[in-house]
Amino acid sequence: MKYNAEVKISLKKGMLNPEAATIERALALLKYNVKNTDTIQIIKFSLEGENAEVVRREIDEMCQRLLCNPVIHNYEIGISLED
Amino acid sequence: MDVAIIRFPGSNCDRDVHHALEIAGANPDYVWWNQRDLSSFDAVVIPGGFSYGDYLRAGAIAAITPVIEGIKETVKEKKPVLGICNGAQILAEIGLVPGVFTNNSNAKFICKWTDLRVKTTRTPFTSMYDKNEIIKMPIAHAEGRYYDDEIEKLQDQDQIVLAFADENPNGSLEAVTGVCDEEGLVCAVMPHPERASENILGSDDGLKFFKGIVNY
Repeated sequence: MKYNAEVKISLKKGMLNPEAATIERALALLKYNVKNTDTIQIIKFSLEGENAEVVRREIDEMCQRLLCNPVIHNYEIGISLED
Repeated sequence: MDVAIIRFPGSNCDRDVHHALEIAGANPDYVWWNQRDLSSFDAVVIPGGFSYGDYLRAGAIAAITPVIEGIKETVKEKKPVLGICNGAQILAEIGLVPGVFTNNSNAKFICKWTDLRVKTTRTPFTSMYDKNEIIKMPIAHAEGRYYDDEIEKLQDQDQIVLAFADENPNGSLEAVTGVCDEEGLVCAVMPHPERASENILGSDDGLKFFKGIVNY
C-alpha cells in the first residue's frame, strides 16, 4: 500500500518562537493587530507500508530519531492512502 | 596527544581548530564524517560551521552520521570530547550533553565578542582556568539559545561550563552557553575558543581549552 504522510512539527507550549514573534511585529508594522502567532513546520513524503498502523509507527520512529527534537518539539502525524 | 577534528560537509572552523590545537602542543588530524573508528585518537573536537546547511535543525543531520558511533565509543573510553558552536549543537542533538541550542531570541545571527564566566573547572577543557574567572571569546551563531527542562539539575550536578557574564545576547536560559555531561568529559560550548587562541586575534583566553586537552 502506498501512503502520503504529513508530519506537523511545532514548538512545545511555552517555548519562545522568535520567528513567530518577528512575523507578529512585522504585521503590526502594517497595522494588523494579531495575537498568538505561531509557526509550524510541515514535512511531507510518501512511503510504502503494509497498513496504516505500521506506517504510522515507522513515521513516529522517524520523528524520534531525526525529524524532531523531543526537548522542544511536539509533532502530529497525518497519513492517507495515495489515490 | 592525537586529536581528531571531525569534518562534515559545511564545517568551516576545522582549520582554525587545527591551528589552535597545534599551538597548544597537540597533534591534530582531520577525520571525515563517514569514518566510524576513532580508537587511534586520544580526544575529539567537533568544530563549528554549518553542517548540512543547518537543514531541519542545526546539527540534526550530522547527528546521524557514521562518525557519531566513533564519538560515542570515544566517550565510553573516557576520552575528552569538545563540541564548539555547530559541534555543540551536534552534541546536544545526539544527547551526549543535556538540553538544546535553538534559535536566538532576537531571531538574528549574532557575531560578537562576549565576556564569559567559567562556571566549572572539572572538565579537561576548563581545568586550567579559575572557577568564576571571566574570559573573552567570540560567539557567531543563529541557533545558540540554550534551553533545558531540568536546568536546576544541571546546576546541582555542576554541568554548566560557561555562562554569559553580563549581557545575555541570545536569550539563553540562565545565560548558559556551555554545558557538559555528568562525567565532565563531553563538553559543548557555543563561544569559539579557537578564535581567541592568539593575542593577534584579540584574545588568547580560549587557548587553555586546547591546552587542557593536552594536559589531560
